[in-house]
Amino acid sequence: MSFLSQLINGLSVGSIYALIALGYTMVYGIAKMLNFAHGDVIMVGAYTIFTAVSMLGLDYWIAIILSVVFCTVLGIVIEKIAYKPLRKASPLTVLITAIGVSYLLQNIVLLIYGSHQRPFPKIISVKSIKIGENLVISGEAFFTMVITIVIMIILTLFIKNSKTGRAMVAVSEDKGAAELMGINVNRIISITFAIGSGLAAIAGLFFASTYGFIGPYSGAMPGIKAFIAAVLGGIGSIPGAMLGGILLGVVEGLSKAYISTELSDAIVFSILIVILLFKPSGLLGKNVTEKV
Amino acid sequence: MFKRFLATVLLLAMVVAVMASCKNESTAKNEFLIGGIGPLTGSAATYGTSVKNAAQLAIDEINENGGVNGMLLKLNFQDDANNPEKAVNAYNTLMDAGMKVLLGTVTSQPCIAVVEESHKDGILQITPSGSAVDCIKYDNAFRICFNDPDQGTASATYIAENLDVKKIGVIYDKSNVYSTGIFEKFKAAAKEKGLEIVSEQAFTDQSNTDFSVQLQNIRESGAELIFIPVYYQEAAYILTQANQAGMSIPFFGCDGLDGIIPQLGDNAQIAEGVMLLTPFAADAQDEKTQKFVKAYKEKYGSIPDQFAADAYDGIYTIAEAIKKAGVTSPDDPDLNQKLIDAMTKIEVKGLTGTMTWDASGEPKKEPKAVKIVNGAYKSMQ
Repeated sequence: MSFLSQLINGLSVGSIYALIALGYTMVYGIAKMLNFAHGDVIMVGAYTIFTAVSMLGLDYWIAIILSVVFCTVLGIVIEKIAYKPLRKASPLTVLITAIGVSYLLQNIVLLIYGSHQRPFPKIISVKSIKIGENLVISGEAFFTMVITIVIMIILTLFIKNSKTGRAMVAVSEDKGAAELMGINVNRIISITFAIGSGLAAIAGLFFASTYGFIGPYSGAMPGIKAFIAAVLGGIGSIPGAMLGGILLGVVEGLSKAYISTELSDAIVFSILIVILLFKPSGLLGKNVTEKV
Repeated sequence: MFKRFLATVLLLAMVVAVMASCKNESTAKNEFLIGGIGPLTGSAATYGTSVKNAAQLAIDEINENGGVNGMLLKLNFQDDANNPEKAVNAYNTLMDAGMKVLLGTVTSQPCIAVVEESHKDGILQITPSGSAVDCIKYDNAFRICFNDPDQGTASATYIAENLDVKKIGVIYDKSNVYSTGIFEKFKAAAKEKGLEIVSEQAFTDQSNTDFSVQLQNIRESGAELIFIPVYYQEAAYILTQANQAGMSIPFFGCDGLDGIIPQLGDNAQIAEGVMLLTPFAADAQDEKTQKFVKAYKEKYGSIPDQFAADAYDGIYTIAEAIKKAGVTSPDDPDLNQKLIDAMTKIEVKGLTGTMTWDASGEPKKEPKAVKIVNGAYKSMQ
């Protein structure tokens, strides 16, 4: 019973990681860059909903749509201003720029809203499911899991079957060849960022609803954890992000429960190192051999 | 030409300085100047304002009743914006103004800086609310509130003597001195008082949003009470998740929980029944508290908090020390030593309890606790 409920705790944390990791892995898979600001876009998304509902008194649905639109636009703007000029630069330069964008977003929110944590409006209110005396699944966690799976399926179908999706795969495989085939590479990368950031807004909604509070640094740690989840599952692979996120959450939950609450992060990060040593492409990642 | 200009400026500066010092000497002969330092601006401004208001209230009361040993008390309160450097500047300003005793500072970090200065000058310093251990590390410094780790002892004592629970679960922040300090003292005192800690759950500042595992462990340990010596931001997460998980074990915290009700916003009802250690509850029925709350409300239009109560007690403590020392003039050459010696001999019946002090400067008094009922503090018992 105890093991089961700790497993459920792990699964619910894991599904949040998975939801965030979907955005990470998609941007990496297509644009081949690690968007370290992804976690902070989540935070911005949550703040948008907070502002719309708690400060402007708007309806929940309008607030959610507003947040998705705002983050989508934010994603496109960030890509255009910060990343596009660096398309020909080394990956390290882009990575450092992404870290810069991350700090920029954190500090803008810090300036506008202050450092203290804000209570997040109760948008998703689902009754917790009680199975036994000590076995309870919180409604928010259950809902997050379902939504994550739904989004994963939609994304996979979109990439496999739509014209834009196939163009994305082409860009990810060979930018030059894709361009020769008449694909507008810049447009495809912009669309990727737009979708990734829109997903971040949804992740922000679920993250903030589960924990109840948001602060300017709320996105940083989940962002890093989701990045590990994406690497664990095979960065670039959408089902991989899902698997990695769930696995990470369960490992974290069980090591907190049975080994040590303080060491759980150390254990999680060690797993990242071990995976990278033995299977650098991740659990579901493709093994791409470089052709010389 | 430039030299001449410089000379004129310097001369002017000298004249102003002389005039300024004349002005200081012109204060009434038998006026005893108490300095105050605390944040009146910035994020901690509410604390400093409470201390300033309540200190002035206490001084007015004492003066209306004829002062102390023929002297009238006077308060000069300076802003430090919760900044150690500004606090030291404020201290120097007050010393120049002829301060005899310092009531301050209000917050811990500035207090640690100022106590170095007051120790050099040898004057009596009483901090109403600086709770870090180092705030009173010298012989000349005393405090009104409990220090951080002592809240752990006080909590264990309170729980053992007043609540019908034996099995305690604890969630604390291992990366934070405040939380760990309280927890260690709590653990030691709990053992002495016959309480059993059935589950110890730590977290760090890197993992302070998800508490589902810790709460689950405590639920399974059979704890009857959860002790949370953490700040209100983490406590808000803990309470929210305990509520989501459908837990009904009561929570008990320390002064770090002060602020939990506004933090929870619309969800404040999940803090119902949470208990916390605090020196003062404005709704307490004793005559002393009621009189103070009424006078404070009339004068400042708000309900006093624990900082106000600490400051009010601080001024009465200073008055008591002056009486005990038999000081009749602010110009007494042995003033400082007499007052410091008197501190360990007095007993003050204050709003926050009946206090005595030993040479360490820590107060000895009974801990008090409040429970959150209908979104407000209600004193227990």
